[in-house]
Amino acid sequence: MLNSRFIKYLLGSCRDLAPIFAVVLIFQLLIIKQPLPNLADLISGSLFLIIGLTLFVQGLELSLFPLGEDIAYDFARKGSLLWLLLFAFCLGFSAAVAEPALVAAAQKAADIASQGNSIDATETAKADYALGLRVTVALSIGIALIIGVLRIIRGWPVYYPVFIGYLCVAVMTPFAPKEIIGIAYDAGGIATSSITVPLVTALGVGLATAIKGRNPMTDGFGLVVFAALMPIIFVMAYGMAVL
Amino acid sequence: MIDELMQFMFKLFEIGRDNLPTAATISDSLRNGGIIAGLINFVLTLLATCRDVLPIAATIIGFQLLVIRRPIAHPRKILIGFISVLLGIVFFLKGLDMALFPLGELMASQLTTPEFLGVAVLDETVSWQAYFWSYIFAASIGFATALAEPSLLAVALKAEKISGGTIRAWGLRLSVALGVGFGIALGVFRIVTGSEFYLFILGGYLVVMIQTRFAPKLILGLAYDSGAVTTSMVTVPMVTALGLGLAEAVPGRNPLLDGFGLIAFASLFPIIAVLGYAQIAQWLNKSHLSSKS
Repeated sequence: MLNSRFIKYLLGSCRDLAPIFAVVLIFQLLIIKQPLPNLADLISGSLFLIIGLTLFVQGLELSLFPLGEDIAYDFARKGSLLWLLLFAFCLGFSAAVAEPALVAAAQKAADIASQGNSIDATETAKADYALGLRVTVALSIGIALIIGVLRIIRGWPVYYPVFIGYLCVAVMTPFAPKEIIGIAYDAGGIATSSITVPLVTALGVGLATAIKGRNPMTDGFGLVVFAALMPIIFVMAYGMAVL
Repeated sequence: MIDELMQFMFKLFEIGRDNLPTAATISDSLRNGGIIAGLINFVLTLLATCRDVLPIAATIIGFQLLVIRRPIAHPRKILIGFISVLLGIVFFLKGLDMALFPLGELMASQLTTPEFLGVAVLDETVSWQAYFWSYIFAASIGFATALAEPSLLAVALKAEKISGGTIRAWGLRLSVALGVGFGIALGVFRIVTGSEFYLFILGGYLVVMIQTRFAPKLILGLAYDSGAVTTSMVTVPMVTALGLGLAEAVPGRNPLLDGFGLIAFASLFPIIAVLGYAQIAQWLNKSHLSSKS
C-alpha cells in the first residue's frame, strides 16, 4: 500500500517538473540549437530533484498536513481567541522558516548582495543576511495570519487589509534601499509555497466553517494574500535597517 | 514543560547559527573534492534542514500535546513522515543547485548571446525587440507551470462550486496561467528596458483596486489568493535564476538592482486575470439570462 502511494508521489513530482523541462527542451531543440554543457550534472541534479520532491511531499502528507490541518480545525472550533492568535502566529512563522524555496532564494539573494558589495563577502555575513531575511519573512507571515484570522472572526471585507497593505507598500518603496526592493517584492510569492499554503488554507477554511454566518467557500480564502503581501513591507523595513 | 521546550529550541537555533557559517565555508572548499566531501556536505545540509523544520514540528506537536491535550495518533507514521520531509528537502536543495538554477542561468545566457540575438556586439544600443525569444520563453515557462500546478486545480474546482457554475474551472486555470505567463514576460521586458520596477507593480495594484470595486464579491478572496498559490517551489528557483541570469547578461543591468522581481509579477497578474475572468463570466451569464427571459 505504501508502495503504490510512493509511486503516486513519484509521478506527481515528475508532473511538477515536466512543464519546465518540456519548455526548456523545446527551446533547446528548436530555437537555440546549441549543445547543453554539463549534461551529466543536469541529469543527476534532476534525479535529485525528483527524489527530493517525492520524499518531501510524501513526508508532508504523512505527518505535517494531517496533524496541522486537524489542529487548525480544532483551534478554529473551540480555541479561545488568545490561543488561536498565538497558534496562527506560530504556524505562519514556523511554516515560512521551513519553506525550501525561501531557503534557496535567500541564499541567492545573499550571494548577489555580497557580489554587489552591499554586505561583506564572507560566508558568515552571507549566512547572517540570508537568515535575517528568512526570519523577517517568517515574522511578517506570522503577523499576517494574526490579522487574517481577526478579519475572518470580525467579518471585515477581504479587501480592506489588502488595500491598506498596498498603500503601505506604495508609501515605503521610495524610501527603501534600491537593492532590497526586488527581493522584498518577491519574498511574499516565494514564501507562500508548498508548506505554508495548505496549512494556512486549512486554518482559514476551518475558521470559516466554525463561525456562524461565515461561508467557508468565500471567507476561508484571503489568508494567503496577506501572507504574500506582508513580507514586502517587512523586508523593505529590514533593508532600511541593515543596508 | 513549555519552558524546557522553548529553551531547547532556542539552544538548537543558537547552535545552528553559530556553526552554520563555518559549515558553509567547509562545504565550499570541499565542493569538488569527491565522495567524502559530498557526504560532509550532505550531513551539513541535513543539520541545517533539521534546524529549519524544527519550529513547525514543535508548533504542531507542542500545541497538540499542551493545548489540545490529545495524544498523537500513529506516532510511527508521523516520525517516518518527518524524516522523509528532512531527506526530501536535502535532496531537493542539492537538485536545485545542480539542475534548476544552472538551467535557468544557462537559458538566460544562451538567449542573450550576440549570435543568437543577431547583433554584432551586445551593448546598450540593442533594442528591446531583439530579446523577442526571451519574452516568449518567460511566458511559456509561466504558462506551462501554472497550468500544471495541482494546488491551482483544487482552487479552481472550489471556485466553480462557489459561483454555482458561472465560473468554469478550466476558464479559471487558463486565466491564471495566462496571467502568470504575461506577468513573467512583462517582468523580463522590464529587466531588458531597465524601467522602474515598482511603477509596474503599483500600476498593477491600482488595476486590482479598481477591479475589486466591480468584481463579484464572492470571488474576491479566491482571486487574491490565486496569485500566491501558483508560485510553487519548482517555479520559484527557475524564474529567479532566469531573472538573475538576464540581469547579468543584458548590458547596463545589475543583478543586485534588477535581478529579483519576476516572482512579484508572477503573483500579481493572476489576480488581475482572475478578477477579469470573473467579471466577464458574470456579464456573459447575465446577458444569457436576460435573453432567456
